[in-house]
Amino acid sequence: MNTATIDARHLLCPLPVIRTQDAVAGCRPGEHLQVVCTDPGVMHDIPAWCRVHGHEVCAIERSDNEIMIEIQVGKAD
Amino acid sequence: MTEQRKAVALISGGLDSLLAARVMMDQGVHVEGINFYTGFCVEGHTHAIREKDRARPKRNNALWVAEQLGIKLHIVDIIKEYMDVVINPQHGYGTHLNPCLDCKVFMVNKAREWIVEHDFDFIITGEVIGQRPMSQRKHAMTVVARNSGAGDRLVRPLCAQNLPPTLPEQKGWVDRDRMYGFSGRSRRPQMALAEKYGFEDYAQPAGGCCFLTDRQYSVKLEDLWKTRGRREYDVDDIMLLKVGRHLRPRADLKLIVGREEGENRFLEGYRKRFVHMLPASHVGPLVLLDGNTDANAIELAARLTARFSKGRDAGQVTVEINDRDGNSRMLAVRPMPADEIPADWYL
Repeated sequence: MNTATIDARHLLCPLPVIRTQDAVAGCRPGEHLQVVCTDPGVMHDIPAWCRVHGHEVCAIERSDNEIMIEIQVGKAD
Repeated sequence: MTEQRKAVALISGGLDSLLAARVMMDQGVHVEGINFYTGFCVEGHTHAIREKDRARPKRNNALWVAEQLGIKLHIVDIIKEYMDVVINPQHGYGTHLNPCLDCKVFMVNKAREWIVEHDFDFIITGEVIGQRPMSQRKHAMTVVARNSGAGDRLVRPLCAQNLPPTLPEQKGWVDRDRMYGFSGRSRRPQMALAEKYGFEDYAQPAGGCCFLTDRQYSVKLEDLWKTRGRREYDVDDIMLLKVGRHLRPRADLKLIVGREEGENRFLEGYRKRFVHMLPASHVGPLVLLDGNTDANAIELAARLTARFSKGRDAGQVTVEINDRDGNSRMLAVRPMPADEIPADWYL
């Protein structure tokens, strides 16, 4: 299964969360998404958003200037 | 079996909307949250662009509230639609460029559209009569319900007992006697209710959540409109107004000066959109130039860039100047002394 990537670099929170939310809306349960960001706020916000919506954060990788968060989409309502 | 009613709660991240949603959940209502992002929202980590603020909590308060309540939170980007509210507020501005009443009407209207689309029954807000001077006067609350189109499907659980019964009360979906009659500016009733529910560490309530209530931010936005000759903005404009030191040394030139490493990194994202410069011979800020970049402007900006660098007391600082196409050149300048920078250059 392909993993889609969302470029949310140089966006301030909550815009990376909103971009993630919009992308997840078009995914099926079990699909994976990677979100690439620069705002350190995503380290808290995207996992928090995933928790309240039932998605799983599979990985968070941080380099000098970028943060990559991988999500597995949870069950639909 | 009684059908479970569904409501969407406007969640700002403050205490009042947290409590309002919880009061309705206590009555068996299925509640989901909605949070509108206008572009002017003050987020804890917007401040954390700055290195000095990195120790601050970086949570999004609306998401924190959703987690406390165990509800879903839908965050909606309304930046573009919101421009008309900021530029042409029917009910005018507050102390600065804050169109609080029009903002509330707009958001409740968006929530009304949302409940229609998602087949929900009513809308919850955390408004309290008299809590805020512009948007929460009793008359203003009537205006919000009417002009948003929400009418009697708008429930304010914290002050419902001071208002006419709404549709959910008339239909028996919720019990008026189990809502509240709070009014005025005191926060004590909310704090007592928070204690009853065991909520701690909630965000400081009432105000401070919107950059448009900030005097300095409003000055910068007015300056933007004045120099462009028209009242408009895009998302990058309003983000950049939150970052850096802004100076206007000429009517046709503005400088955005990174104040430290975190802001410099953020401004780097705009390198392709602006002519920009940074000191090469000394440590110093990244500076974006907005406006005319003729030779005089470049020299003036370079001297100011040198002024805000570690070479401010040196006889000469070499500044790297970059155009939008990625071409760069060096210019050696004398840093501008502090007493040659008029106070009114600073926005």
